[in-house]
This record gives sequence, C-alpha cells and structure tokens, in this order.
Amino acid sequence: MKKTLLSSLTALLALATPLAAQAGTITVKGSDTMVILVQRWAEEFMKKNPGTKVQVTGGGSGTGLSALQNGTTDIAMSSREMKEAEQEKLRARFSTTGVEIPVAKDGVTFYVNDTNPVTSLTVDQLKGIYLGDTTNWKDVGGPAATIVLYSRENSSGTYSFVKDNVLGGDDYASNAQTLPGTAAVVNAVAKEKNGIGYGGAAYAKGVKELKIKKGSEEFAPTADNVKSGKYPLSRNLFFYLRNKPSGEAKAFIDFTLSPEGQAVVTKVGYFPVK
Amino acid sequence: MDRQALMQEQSLASPVPVPTLSAAARRRQLKEKLIAGLVTAVAFTGIAALVLILIFVAKEAMGLFTDPHARQEASLSKMFLPQVTRPGRPATFVWQPVSSVPKVSMIPLFIGTLKTTLVSMFVAVPLGVFGALFAAEFAPRRLREVLKPTIELLAGIPSVVLGFFALMVMASFVQDFFGLESRLNAVLAGLGLALAIVPVIFTVSEDALTAVPRSYREASLALGATPWETAWKVVLPAAAPGILAACVLGFGRAIGETMIVLMASGNAAIVSARLGDSVRSLSATIAAEMGEVVVGSPHYSLLFFIGVELFAFTFVLNMFATSWTRKVMKRLTGGAG
Repeated sequence: MKKTLLSSLTALLALATPLAAQAGTITVKGSDTMVILVQRWAEEFMKKNPGTKVQVTGGGSGTGLSALQNGTTDIAMSSREMKEAEQEKLRARFSTTGVEIPVAKDGVTFYVNDTNPVTSLTVDQLKGIYLGDTTNWKDVGGPAATIVLYSRENSSGTYSFVKDNVLGGDDYASNAQTLPGTAAVVNAVAKEKNGIGYGGAAYAKGVKELKIKKGSEEFAPTADNVKSGKYPLSRNLFFYLRNKPSGEAKAFIDFTLSPEGQAVVTKVGYFPVK
Repeated sequence: MDRQALMQEQSLASPVPVPTLSAAARRRQLKEKLIAGLVTAVAFTGIAALVLILIFVAKEAMGLFTDPHARQEASLSKMFLPQVTRPGRPATFVWQPVSSVPKVSMIPLFIGTLKTTLVSMFVAVPLGVFGALFAAEFAPRRLREVLKPTIELLAGIPSVVLGFFALMVMASFVQDFFGLESRLNAVLAGLGLALAIVPVIFTVSEDALTAVPRSYREASLALGATPWETAWKVVLPAAAPGILAACVLGFGRAIGETMIVLMASGNAAIVSARLGDSVRSLSATIAAEMGEVVVGSPHYSLLFFIGVELFAFTFVLNMFATSWTRKVMKRLTGGAG
C-alpha cells in the first residue's frame, strides 16, 4: 500500500521533470499488478547483460501509459488495453499509435473465506452479488448471512476488467468496500467469514479460490484453463511502446517472451502467454 | 544629589557625539544584516511554496470549469444534488467517477469524512484534554516526567503503522465488540484516527494548562477551593483558548489524515447515518484514485478539486478558531487582551 503511494509520488515527480533515459537504460513503468513480475524479469535480464540497466516503477497502468505519452518512459506495462483517448494523445505527440505486446496472462480469481461452503459460482451469480442484487449467501447456496463485498479501487486495471467482463459494464454496488491492492483484499477476505473479493491469481493465500461454473462444468483458474481460454476471466498483461522495439528494449522484450522469461511468469504465479 | 543634577544638565546641554564604528564592528553589523536577510529569505521560501502548491492544485482543478466535456460530466449540480443513477429508482448520491456514465456526487465523501472525524474527536478530545489536566495538575512530578515524553512519542508513530494496527489488530475486536456487519467501518477508522490526534491534543493542551499563572491557583486555593475545584473551575477555563486551539489542530489533522482512513475505513461511498457502515473520506479518495487516473480527464480534475475543498475546509476552520480564541481571551482578561 505504502509502495503504491510512494510510486505514485515518484510518478508525479517524474511527470514534472521529464528525464531522458540514459544510454544503456530501459525504463518500464505502470501497472502495480505487474511490478513483481517485471522486476524479476529485469533482475534476470541484467544478470545476463551487465551493460544494460532496467528500471521498473509501479504507479498504475494509467500512470505508465501517460508516461509513455509524455516520453518519460520507454515501456509502459498495463493490465488493461490502451483506451482510445490515450491512443489519441500518443498520435498527437509522436504520430504513432503505439505497439501492444502481450507478455503474460492472468486469471482474475474470486476469493471467499476458507470456512465458506460455497465452492463455485456462475458468472451471472457473481454479477448479481457485485451489483448488489444478491445480498445473502443463502441465495447462492451458502449459509444465511449477509454478503460483505470487497472490491478494488476504481483506478485499478483489475477493477475495470471485472466491471467489463462480469458486470457487463454496470457499476459496482455502492456498499462494496474498496481496498488498495490485491493483498489487502485477500487479507480482508481471510478475516471476514462472509466476505468475497477478487484479484490476480498470484495472490490467493489463506483464502479459497472460487471455481467458475459454466453449465455443468466448473473451471478453476489453473494454467491449463487460462491458456485454453476455458476459464472465462483470463486477461492479458501488456507492454506498450511508442514504436517497434529496437536495440536494448527489443532484447529485453525478446527475453521476456523466451521460454526462460515465461518460466519466470509461472514462478511468480501468473500464466505464460506462449 | 548636586553632582547628579550637574551631570544631567551637562548631558542635556551637549549631546554625546555618536562614536565612529571600528572596522570589526562594521563587519559584525554587515554579518548581522546578511543573516537577517537569509532568515527572511528562508521564511519567504515557505510562503512561496505554499502559494505555489495552492496555485498548482487550483490550476489542475480549473479543468472542471473550463473544459466543456468536464463541465457536462461533472457539473456542480451533479456534485452536490441527488441524481437518478438507475432508471426507475429514486435519485441518490453516488460516487462512481469511473463508469460509462460517471457519477460524481461529493455528498458520500463529505459524510464519510465527517463520520470518521467526529468519531475520532469524540474519543480523542476527552482523552487528550483530561490526560493533559491530569499531567499538569495532579500527577506527581516523577509520573509526569514519564507520561509526557511517552505520549509525545506516540505522535512520532507514522500513520501507516497506526493504519496497519487498526486494520490487523483492532478490526476484528471492534467488529465483535460493537456487533457490526462490516469489519472495516467509520468507528474503526475513527478510533485509528484518535490514536493519531490524541498526542496532538494532549501536548498542546498540556502546554496551555502549565502556562496558567501560579497566582490563579494560589488565589483559588487560598479562597478554600479544593485542588479538584481549582483545576476544573479555574485552571481549565483560563487555559480554554489553548485547549480550543489544540482541538482545532486535532480536527484539522483528522480531516486531512489519509493513510489510516485509507486502510481502516473500507472506502465504500455509502450515504447513511450509521457509524457501523463502511465510509469513504475525501483524502482517501484522492490517495486511492490518483494512481491510475487518466491525466487531464474530468476525473483527474475532480480529484484536484477535492484537494482544493480540503484546503478550504482547514483554512476556514483555522480562521474560525482563531477569531473564537480571541473572543474567549477577551472575555477572560476582561477586555484587556
């Protein structure tokens, strides 16, 4: 949490003072979801190429993309696709539409407390719960208790993903408690026996991952299900650049997509894109 | 006597000539001037920084009034009047700035800020003031020398730590104790805030109480008042302006405090009168949403507008408190002050 604030502060500072990246330095900025992963990549990459420095900062997908528009970062990492408005800005300043490279996959997972007997829900049931139409666990096969909703901040990429793919674009119920960061959501659900929350698959510790029901089948967010697309709530994690990557940036991106780089993805808890 | 009169006459008749400065003395004078200039410059740097910050924040917020798109999306009426959000439902106050149809009502945020601040004041003012009264009037010297630094040390705890403590340690206890539906709520956030502002109120109140002249106490005791009556009816009223200032300082800090509220309040923008509900405060909203907002969008300007609002609140509050303190002082000193 503190890290997010700090990184957004540094992001603001960086916005105020555009720093040209020195030769031999690649700057990557953006999504907090991806920071852990990209930092690991950077470490591995720098071990192999001692001449190159990779700087990774968080601050959120939006921050990274706006840094890309301002020319203050080489690569933006984002857990959502670039919006029209952001592309427009890029076109206005650099007359390019940007380059999008999916580098990993994530399965957005819904968590409930360990003591909760519910093991799987359909996307429609989740929608009802998060729109505030379903307020009691007994309506979805659980105990008679009020559902306590946990959500992410409305600026997070995960928030908009769930909104678009589960709620059909509608607003979350206003009594959904928003917490900063997936770790906070997991922690809250672990302590609140009637709680439900969501976040990246890499974080589910001490809580139960809900399977998603489709017809008579249930799909857990596993590597196979995410890769095959059977798990309905999988998403890409992206790198965005202004132009086709070249030189050191290209070397770094090639490394992330290599078998070695994709092995890191699995280690961190996300899913390989290749 | 004679000689003195003579000397006076002399000094009156012929004024003593101004002695010429030695080189060393002139250097010293120059050094003095330089230091004075430096100090002034530093003081003005602070003022300049404040003004620049205000200008910057206001400039970013101005987009709400200049940009036609933002004016339509986040007009003042949309910020402060109830809006119909879902067709067929009554008009409500909703804060959902990231949406296909943004809803930007400030009312839930005001209510949230008010709730947490009131809970924290309700807890911290009695604790801080009575603690200070005890330390200043009744505590034996030994105890006082331990008590004061301990509480002042509390003030040094970073708010992140207090927030974490509230979130991890107090939350479940508070929920069970009050039998609340949600673990994170206004009561918990208020208690966390109270931890942060008790030291502020205590320290300033204690200074105000010890500054009350001894003669007041002696006069009261001499008239036959008990020590308790003296403390309650003489010392406390005499220190009232200082104590009020302490409360205002605490209030200001509670309004602007971000980290504790962000972590312990649950951040759901709900309009209700119940303290057991989760709340979302103004400052926490800025902290939570600034991270991934699209720069230059109406939402971005809105966040800066909230910053301006907070600035205005504390400013008005301080002004009000200062004028009130003056009034009380006048009454206490019989209009001489």
